[in-house]
Amino acid sequence: MTTKQPILEIDDVVKHFDISGGLLDRLTFKGGKPALKTETVKAVNNVTLSINKGETLSVVGESGCGKSTLARVVMGLYPPNSGRIVYNGNRIDNLSHGKMLPYRKKMQMIFQDPYASLNPRKTVRQTLEEPLRFHNPKMSNTAIMDKIRKVMDQVGVDPGWIRRFPHEFSGGQRQRISIARGLILDPEFIVADEPVSALDVSIQAQILNLLMDAREEYNLTYLFITHDLSVVQHISTRVAVMYLGTLCEVADANSLFENPRHPYTKALLSAIPRVGETAAKHIKLKGEVPTPVNLPTGCVFHGRCVNANDRCRVETPILTDLEDGTHVACHAVEEKRAIA
Amino acid sequence: MSHLLEVQDLEVKFALRFGELTAIDGVSFTLDKGEKLGIVGESGAGKSVTGFAIIKLISKPGYISAGRILFNGEDISLYSSTKIRSVRGDRISMIFQDPMMTLNPVFTIGTQMVETLKAHRDITKKDAEKIALEKLRKVYISSPEARLKQYPHELSGGMRQRIIIAISLLTDPAVIIADEPTTALDVTIQAEIMDLLQELCQSGEMGLILITHDLGVVSQVTEKIAVMYAGKIIESGSTDSVVNNPLHPYTKGLIKSIPGGVVKPGQRLEQIPGMMPNLTAIPDGCSFNPRCLIKDKICETEEPPLRELNEGRSVACHMIQG
Repeated sequence: MTTKQPILEIDDVVKHFDISGGLLDRLTFKGGKPALKTETVKAVNNVTLSINKGETLSVVGESGCGKSTLARVVMGLYPPNSGRIVYNGNRIDNLSHGKMLPYRKKMQMIFQDPYASLNPRKTVRQTLEEPLRFHNPKMSNTAIMDKIRKVMDQVGVDPGWIRRFPHEFSGGQRQRISIARGLILDPEFIVADEPVSALDVSIQAQILNLLMDAREEYNLTYLFITHDLSVVQHISTRVAVMYLGTLCEVADANSLFENPRHPYTKALLSAIPRVGETAAKHIKLKGEVPTPVNLPTGCVFHGRCVNANDRCRVETPILTDLEDGTHVACHAVEEKRAIA
Repeated sequence: MSHLLEVQDLEVKFALRFGELTAIDGVSFTLDKGEKLGIVGESGAGKSVTGFAIIKLISKPGYISAGRILFNGEDISLYSSTKIRSVRGDRISMIFQDPMMTLNPVFTIGTQMVETLKAHRDITKKDAEKIALEKLRKVYISSPEARLKQYPHELSGGMRQRIIIAISLLTDPAVIIADEPTTALDVTIQAEIMDLLQELCQSGEMGLILITHDLGVVSQVTEKIAVMYAGKIIESGSTDSVVNNPLHPYTKGLIKSIPGGVVKPGQRLEQIPGMMPNLTAIPDGCSFNPRCLIKDKICETEEPPLRELNEGRSVACHMIQG
């Protein structure tokens, strides 16, 4: 069930990575005097987003737009440079390890590559047992085994294979085990970072169905990170489109796909190859994605946008609410002068 | 009429310690001038091996055990490893998936383009550079003169893939085999590369074989399609008819399992149970039978041949009449 009560709020989060290197790398000369320069990758810039209980919010964007960084900041894997992460009304981004523990139990993450995210030296049982024992030290052995068997059944991995190692499974089955590991602590909130990108189409369908079933069963809330727009359209209730570390559009999945507003969203949607469509009319974007080390001034998209004018080059647009619940960060849409 | 490229009953085997493994089992197809053929399938279906086999890029322990590959009427599968070089990279070029892996990181784009031309033509460096510039312009690379002096790491993924396409065009090939050319790229760049490949084929001189797992890409670019499963072609025909009216239960399942296609958002996707068999343990009879929902007794014992139903449309399934 989707309610208007937010389970997670991302409030003005900024995440920059320092890539200046060592002292000698940073040394430059300004007007004859030595100075130290600092270079940062501006991965996430002032992102504000809230996720309501029971919904599936997808964050889409192309490689390097900061969507995975955002997911990791939400999970507490990277501390944000500024801004807050609020979970059920409690700020969690500045907690100590000990105080974070109860939240770690409620928030779980599923990673992209099922080959890299499972420990090759641990059996399925060890992989699934560890989080249970860590978070519930008093749980009895029988209770643990029962729980493991139940979850394995749920994700469609035969509990008889409990002593097997990851290399004995196919990619799809490994991803099922990763999902089982995510579900075993009965979480409320799951961050799934490209969970089906490494899988074949027929296996991808199986895993998407599994994720949707788990949502019903556990009443889960998903933050879904992906670059695959067809998957987004299928699984999400709300979509946030990211470009170069900034949100350009946040809207209900239906209205986003039927009526994209932001020029970048339009170009992105027009590029999806669809089965059965022959003549493709792609909106061509000029140029390439700028580097996040030197962000463009004003709107980060202005260099590639057909609607860009002087205002776009100077002033950064902020997400504004259009009447129907769609939020768009674009001067052209706001001024109703968007042509494409 | 003879075809530009005709693959007849191609069989590729790998001699491994525990015995022989058949990666490609009796694959046949044709390609005419200006035609665009898509080979679709999931990982392990044998689509890339098919592409490699055409230009004899199968290395030990693999070998072509049967079948003929007729290029302009001549069987190039019989060519020696020296003679095949007059075809491979010259008349038939190949584009690979990962543009960073294909380009040599320690040489400039110009060096690599000139080197390719010099390997195939008796040509001076100056003339080779002239041709390189012309091809770079053809794939819409901005300021091509400057690019010749750049190294691969200085360029973006989409730009690199364009350069690889330009390299493959250097010798004006008759056929380009593109193996997952856009899988490593973002959607907007994928769209640009696909538009480019289509445009290059428009002259009607060059044939394209597009190997991909993405049915969406195939249906936008190609005219003909061959669906592979466990080393065999199980359905082929015009792209339009196969995509809109799939016959084989595997093709049907594959199309229904794509999100954003026939299935409404939020509904369960149709899933094909199980997964593709390991090539060491291909089931008896039809290789798809353990996953098939409409199978009968005959499917477990007898292998269905690829039958032609009507003009250009073939399917390998016992349960389909006609």
